[in-house]
Amino acid sequence: MTRPDADAIVIGGGPAGVAAAIAMRRQGVERVILLDREQTLGGATRHCGHSPFGMLEFGRIYIGGAYGRKLESAALQAGIDVRPGHSVVDLGTDGRLTVSNAQGVESLLARRILVTTGAREAPRSARLLPGDRPLGIVTTGTLQSYVAFHGLMPFRRPVILGSELVSQSALLTCLTHGARPVAMVETTPHPLARAPFNWLPRLAGVPFYPSARVVDIIGRQRVEAIRIVQEDGNEMVLECDGLLLTGQFTPEAALVRNAGMALDTDTGGPAVDQDGRCANPLYFAAGNVLRPIETGGWAFREGRAVGTAIARDLLQQPVETAPIAVLHDDPVKLVVPNLLRKGGGPHNALSSFQLRFTRRARGCLMLEVDGRTVFERSGLWTPERRVLVPMPAGVTEANHVHFRFREES
Amino acid sequence: MTAIWRNKENQMCKIAPPGGAEFHDVAIIGGGVVGCATARRFALAGAKVVLLEKGSDILSGASKANSAILHTGFDAPAGSLELELVRAGREEYLSICGDLGLSIVETGALVCAWTPEQAGMLEAIAAQGVENGIAALRVISAATARGLAPALSQTLQAAVEVMGEHVIDPWSAPLAYITQAMALGATVLRNCEVLSGRFEGEWHLETTQGIIKAGAVVNAAGLFGDVVDSRLGFEPEFEIRPRKGQFIVLDKAAARHVPKIVLPVPTEITKGIVICPTAFGNVLVGPTAEEQEDRTRATVETATLEMLKDHAGRLIPALADMPVTAVYAGLRPASEKKAYRIAVRPEKRAITLGGIRSTGLSAALGLGQHALGLYETFASLPAAPDSPPTPGMPNLTETQPRDWQKPDHGEIVCHCELVTKREIEAALNSPLPPGDFGGLRRRTRAGMGRCQGFYCNARLAEMTRGRFEAALDVPGKDDL
Ligand SMILES: Cc1cc2nc3c(=O)[nH]c(=O)nc-3n(C[C@H](O)[C@H](O)[C@H](O)COP(=O)(O)OP(=O)(O)OC[C@H]3O[C@@H](n4cnc5c(N)ncnc54)[C@H](O)[C@@H]3O)c2cc1C
Ligand SMILES: Cc1cc2nc3c(=O)[nH]c(=O)nc-3n(C[C@H](O)[C@H](O)[C@H](O)COP(=O)(O)OP(=O)(O)OC[C@H]3O[C@@H](n4cnc5c(N)ncnc54)[C@H](O)[C@@H]3O)c2cc1C
Repeated sequence: MTRPDADAIVIGGGPAGVAAAIAMRRQGVERVILLDREQTLGGATRHCGHSPFGMLEFGRIYIGGAYGRKLESAALQAGIDVRPGHSVVDLGTDGRLTVSNAQGVESLLARRILVTTGAREAPRSARLLPGDRPLGIVTTGTLQSYVAFHGLMPFRRPVILGSELVSQSALLTCLTHGARPVAMVETTPHPLARAPFNWLPRLAGVPFYPSARVVDIIGRQRVEAIRIVQEDGNEMVLECDGLLLTGQFTPEAALVRNAGMALDTDTGGPAVDQDGRCANPLYFAAGNVLRPIETGGWAFREGRAVGTAIARDLLQQPVETAPIAVLHDDPVKLVVPNLLRKGGGPHNALSSFQLRFTRRARGCLMLEVDGRTVFERSGLWTPERRVLVPMPAGVTEANHVHFRFREES
Repeated sequence: MTAIWRNKENQMCKIAPPGGAEFHDVAIIGGGVVGCATARRFALAGAKVVLLEKGSDILSGASKANSAILHTGFDAPAGSLELELVRAGREEYLSICGDLGLSIVETGALVCAWTPEQAGMLEAIAAQGVENGIAALRVISAATARGLAPALSQTLQAAVEVMGEHVIDPWSAPLAYITQAMALGATVLRNCEVLSGRFEGEWHLETTQGIIKAGAVVNAAGLFGDVVDSRLGFEPEFEIRPRKGQFIVLDKAAARHVPKIVLPVPTEITKGIVICPTAFGNVLVGPTAEEQEDRTRATVETATLEMLKDHAGRLIPALADMPVTAVYAGLRPASEKKAYRIAVRPEKRAITLGGIRSTGLSAALGLGQHALGLYETFASLPAAPDSPPTPGMPNLTETQPRDWQKPDHGEIVCHCELVTKREIEAALNSPLPPGDFGGLRRRTRAGMGRCQGFYCNARLAEMTRGRFEAALDVPGKDDL
């Protein structure tokens, strides 16, 4: 067999990937390569100009690109072979990666691979939005890249679509960079961000239209207007010069999909077991690619935990146990980990199940393990909020694990 | 005398000086695939050609958005000019694509019957194909069809297998035609709309860039074919009735389930919704066929896009969960009749290539040959150049190595479609650089992938700053 180029290769140098790589080195893994297709590390934190990162991981606050530079220096200090400008274009089931860099294409083999490629917002096409296809329709991430990397703006008077936390962040970016959003439009009846973040539009004097759908985008070259219809049938034409699409994150998991490895249809990312290990036991995943989306701090801690698990896994042969799937009923949208494997060690990398809901629902969430209900909690559950259910002892040895829901009026 | 001007983009370009002293043998109106192919054919025959396009780039009309199939003509009306020109166009494409660096993927097609009633029509379809001179087609059982395309749904009844159907890069092809014409001395004027024309032994075309003089005109104005005919002072012999087609594009992972072009049994009005691999490694689902008045607005509609998604998942269940990468719509320059609307007015030295509805990409080179034939009935040209230059197009398809696989490409700018900095710079500095952002996308595929610019749009805004009239960025706070 050819000698591997590394013990582990990490794909993606955002908080999750860097934290994992450092954890592996701390656990004594010798050769760790970290690949990122961008020229600098930091992932999505690089363009979040207004958000503080790093308090928990580094004990002080960094803003935007500074956090990425801190990650980079921490990675180098830990003895990681950091390779920016390296884009992974194909995953082999045997752990062989095809990588493109400015010099051309190379092939790298590792004993374990960690995928930490993050998430992105759904573009206009994936949302199947109607109308013309003019310039000026961008996502928050794109807007923030315009601002943070190039000092440019794609519009001056956009309509903001969405009301998640990231939508409020988009609104802030507009306001601090000379753009005046003309409205914020949300399809559900309630803003998706929690208070006090959802007060922002009102404070900024931006009208908020809940229960509204975009029914037309008008504009030959550049966006000229957006037509929306509210639930009561009320129709409105909002004159604007852009449409800012926020939220509706999708894991950046095309690599995994294109390699013919199965994706979890609920999360859109690779399915993983309690250690972040995929169905193919040479592969692991952590961070936003697992599920859309979490904060930078969460991604960092998750990466660190999965990195530690990989270090343990490298001491043995790749596991051969077939995983079981964790099941769930409506309105539970997704569960991570989505798989469980028997015979794991006493310390799981992921110590809780993380859930999301598809819609606002009142009722009782229950966890059933081999036919026995081991967890119950009633309440009002809302979409786009993190729900954690601690993993009961011994759950990884079960045959049937199922999240059920009883709706209460 | 030819003047060298610098245009808004600070590029050197040849432009008719005010007053239009420069004389051209032929002015071609319209830079769609038909105009580009016709410009090439005339330039190869030794003509001094000018191509006038009202858009900010070529391919501003119907040719911007199609299914990218190079048809055999198996289903064209028997004995029609359309059939003759599709066959001629396809043959010429196959003979020149190597030299011009154009892609070609021989997928073959399956005309699929999903109901017993449709299955009953397959023999007639096959017979028509044979009558049209396409020998390589046969009726096959559902099992045989699934042997060729295993992902097809179990509800398949039977199919006609058509060999020799290809998919191509629909944007590089016309760009190659016009680039070759330019290498032979043709002039391309963009943002140049023909407003009226006067024939006094030669043509005086009034355009938004002044008067252009030419010995003859070819009207290849697509969706405005009838309008341009009347602007030239003719009684139009046809009326354009735009027919919209909406599409969705599925992510590259879908391609492995669609090795062949999957066609439905056609109806009177339309070839129907196709599920089609692309030369770029995606899968297309569409087009619809919707009559409309508007000749420029091609909108997409949520309900239709959802219908296309469902349709794909029903016929090929593995496509049900595939993410949608892109959505778009195109307008066919259909007329009140099915046939091509070709007219020649020898006394006015004018040719109209109108109503090239749904096979123009395939027939374009054939239409070029046909137009030259018509021209030669009333005029003749000096000797043709013996060894014409063959400028090659950069490869954007998955059929040959891409730039990112070669050393020193600088960096990958568009991660989804793996477009390099070197490719983008080459396009911006090519003989016919993009005139707008859409043109850059069509020349490089930058921003055309699954993230639709989430990662690269800002970088592209920076790389193209000051180049396009409709820029990606708007003036900054400090510039206002
Ligand atoms: C618009 C936006 C606003 C946000 N605002 C906040 C906020 O205010 N506060 C907060 O805490 N969090 C915020 N977040 C979330 C936070 O940035 C993320 O949680 C965090 O960056 C996720 O880390 P990650 O390591 O999982 O992925 P990312 O940070 O996304 O990193 C993924 C990395 O993988 C690389 N990569 C991807 N594919 C490949 C490949 N094929 N080859 C090589 N490299 C590859 C990418 O270049 C990238 O560097 C925001 C995110 C976005 C998108
Ligand atoms: C949905 C759809 C799917 C299709 N699929 C296929 C396929 O798979 N295979 C195939 O072979 N064909 C296909 N076609 C057909 C093909 O795209 C058309 O036949 C072809 O593009 C027509 O080209 P054209 O050059 O005649 O028209 P156009 O592309 O419309 O070109 C005309 C040009 O003239 C310009 N113009 C108009 N007025 C003026 C003026 N006054 N002055 C200067 N310029 C002017 C316009 O801006 C335009 O650029 C499809 C078409 C559609 C819409």
